[in-house]
Amino acid sequence: MSTVVPTPTPTVTVPDRPARGIRPSTAKPPRAQRESPFARAGAMIVMAVFTLYFLVPVWWLLVAATKDRAQFTGTNPLWFADFSLFENIGALVSYRDGVYLKWMLNSAMYAGLGALVGTIIAGMCGYALAKYRFPGRELIFNVVLGGVLVPATALALPLFLIFSQISLTNTFWSVFLPSLVSPFGVYLARIYASASVPDELIEAARLDGAGEVRTFFTVSVRMMVPALVTVFLFQFVAIWNNFFLPLIMLRDETLFPVTLGLYGWNSQVNQIPELRGYVLIGALLSIIPLIIIFLLLQRFWRNGLSAGSVK
Amino acid sequence: MSASTARFTDAPGDTRTARRLARQPGTRPRPARPRVQHKRAILIFVLPFGALFALFYLVPIGYAIYESLLVIKREGTFGAATEVFGGLSQYILVFQNGPFWQSVGRVLAFGAVQVPIMLGLALLFALLLDSPLVRGKKFFRLAFFVPYAVPGVIAAIMWGYLYSPNLSPFSAVTQNINFLSADLVLWAIANVVTWVYVGYNMLIIYSALLAIPTELYEAARLDGAGQLRIAWSVKIPLIMPAIVLTAIFSIIGTLQLLAEPQVFRSFSSAVTSTFTPNLTVYTTSSIPNVNLAAAFSVVLALATFVLSFTFLKFTQRKEARS
Repeated sequence: MSTVVPTPTPTVTVPDRPARGIRPSTAKPPRAQRESPFARAGAMIVMAVFTLYFLVPVWWLLVAATKDRAQFTGTNPLWFADFSLFENIGALVSYRDGVYLKWMLNSAMYAGLGALVGTIIAGMCGYALAKYRFPGRELIFNVVLGGVLVPATALALPLFLIFSQISLTNTFWSVFLPSLVSPFGVYLARIYASASVPDELIEAARLDGAGEVRTFFTVSVRMMVPALVTVFLFQFVAIWNNFFLPLIMLRDETLFPVTLGLYGWNSQVNQIPELRGYVLIGALLSIIPLIIIFLLLQRFWRNGLSAGSVK
Repeated sequence: MSASTARFTDAPGDTRTARRLARQPGTRPRPARPRVQHKRAILIFVLPFGALFALFYLVPIGYAIYESLLVIKREGTFGAATEVFGGLSQYILVFQNGPFWQSVGRVLAFGAVQVPIMLGLALLFALLLDSPLVRGKKFFRLAFFVPYAVPGVIAAIMWGYLYSPNLSPFSAVTQNINFLSADLVLWAIANVVTWVYVGYNMLIIYSALLAIPTELYEAARLDGAGQLRIAWSVKIPLIMPAIVLTAIFSIIGTLQLLAEPQVFRSFSSAVTSTFTPNLTVYTTSSIPNVNLAAAFSVVLALATFVLSFTFLKFTQRKEARS
């Protein structure tokens, strides 16, 4: 399912309700005392139990990644033994001439560059659909929206057939180019642009003699930042998690994204047991970039989500 | 399609914008057929996405349909193979293919159980986060969202070890219950998917809740309604559209299930090469029998589309009635 990260569409939820934004916490002091202590305790217990459910697997992975092979089976799986995390990382990155680093780099290229370019072109298209009137505008928008409902995996096989017609399978481009297209990005950019980029501003830029394209990149883009960051993040995750397309397109190990590489190692664990350690430590390291990116951009994408949902 | 997109396209502000533009002083009165202004800029904005969308969305869909209408003809047993037009014969093969329909049945059963559980949990957590009952909202929001940062493949590998009878930290459980057996492995995979996506769906529903003006349930509160009552009668009806959308994307995701079962094949022999429809497509295409695989793809995409569309219509009608 990772290949079809469902596109978030909170934006359509409440189209015509006035913006309230994040509720100020001062808005609810009196009722805080009114809730029964049993309800509070019950709610906190539910939250605590599920915190364990969501975090224990990650904790286990973190602990497992710090152990050497003997300790992995011999010691308490949920607590540290000798701390050999850095030895493990060293062994992982030097294994087979550092192929793991190559995979991470590939993932960063596919996801980072792909999401960046994808966001720019989706933002431009959404902006044009929101701010200009031209024949075929609604048609384009409807076709793109249909694209939101087409699962990306349904395209993987035909894309493979087409790329093999022009002998481009097993290349960087065969995974990179199809990942650039984000119909959801166009949708969100359009909704957001029509609500948050005032026509007066564009008109003023026109009167100053700025060209349309320049106006977009210098003025309008700034107002669209929350939406664009949201589009970037979700496209980044979608490409980073994508599995079917690289699986079907790539044969050459040095082109693999990290997910496909680790999948390959994991399916050979029975023949080559030493790979198990590499799979686990590699899995841990592969999650870290995504967590960092989510934390760094949290302010932006949370605003994008909630702002989107009221516009 | 048209009805659903009409819902989406209803971009508020658009018509207002148009009116404002029309009213603007200095704008020339419109001729009968308005001349498109800024043609070049529009082209520059729309063309990059438009071209890529056509190349990597529309053309592949067309090509899949084209390939699915061809059959391979051979001159004798060892002669050269050529593709010739075969009408709907691949589709007849699709409908006669038992394992494919078994896999469809499997993911439908999966979806019927997993999607309600996942969305039920997501809704519960979103409501709790939105209520005054829970302290430390920031922490819980983040903690529940962490699994979404774990790619499906990696999540499946992790849980594969957590389920394993010997290596699991919960081996007391896993030695007695074999989660990787033929009976349970589908639900073991369902747990992996739930683990990854609950937090994500929770955030979408939560942001819809944040958009409800407080005044809407201040009145109910003054009338003495409790949290439960407010959640049930005020909040849930208002965020129904958000729930419907998460449901649609979950349905699409379920039918496309591939990465998790593919990973589980190395943990459990119960996951066959035709366990889910997409695995069937992949297996068939690597035989290689691309024409049949293309036909599978087309049927699967159509089924996905019909199912999510029907669900959308069904819930809309229900809402309209209530």
